[in-house]
Amino acid sequence: MNLRRDVFQAIADPTRRAILMLVASQSMTAGAIASNFDTARPTVSKHLQILTECELLGQEQNGREIYYHLNPQKIKEIADFIEPFRKMWDDRFNKLEAIMKEYKSEKTE
Amino acid sequence: MERKTKVHAEDGKQEIVITREFDLPLEILFKAYIEPEIIEQWMGTKVLKLENKKHGGWQFETSDAQGNVVFRANGVIHEFVLNRKITRTLEMENTPFPVQLEFFEFEKLTDDTSKLNMHIVFRSVADRDQLLKMPFAQGINMAHNRLQDIVSKLKYIV
Repeated sequence: MNLRRDVFQAIADPTRRAILMLVASQSMTAGAIASNFDTARPTVSKHLQILTECELLGQEQNGREIYYHLNPQKIKEIADFIEPFRKMWDDRFNKLEAIMKEYKSEKTE
Repeated sequence: MERKTKVHAEDGKQEIVITREFDLPLEILFKAYIEPEIIEQWMGTKVLKLENKKHGGWQFETSDAQGNVVFRANGVIHEFVLNRKITRTLEMENTPFPVQLEFFEFEKLTDDTSKLNMHIVFRSVADRDQLLKMPFAQGINMAHNRLQDIVSKLKYIV
């Protein structure tokens, strides 16, 4: 499996989380982002590539510069990741409730 | 509408708590967990074995429309207190998931309502997170065949 494309793998890294925080307020170029870190520029580029691959970051060309911005849709998906699990149990329990209501009324007839 | 089923999964902890209030008397809710014919209806799985007692075993099996077995799980019951409590282990056969420990607590709210508290303990935080992500991953990432395979099995039981 290509772990780089896994959004959860992507946000597990502290530098990548810091990058997401940075671009949350405004679009930034790779150079501007890199200037916030002591890490070597190619390392930051690698992080940007990973975040872009898993669609947490979007790119926009402005003249000769590429600006990175946060993809709020993808962030929302992560925030809501537990919801499908909850929904699955909710559906299952709704079914249990319906079946047992039927069962109960049969018993009391 | 109020969410009747709540899932609590704290960051960095290897456990999940699922709670649900039912418009059912306690005894009727408990029955849904101990009668094989009823379990088969709401879980959509076949009950191969279910010994509702301390040190009893259980095994469930799910087949697809063609009759091929797609999922099988088993475990041991550690505690069984009628209308109150079931403690059991759960192992998903032929999956990389380690065995998990499950505490079911049944509680009477009123004569006609009851509550289930389901506490699941995993071997590691990573194991828990992987299981939690399964239905999510199914929605957004179908790229990996192995994952997809596990997801399609898991949706029957988790």
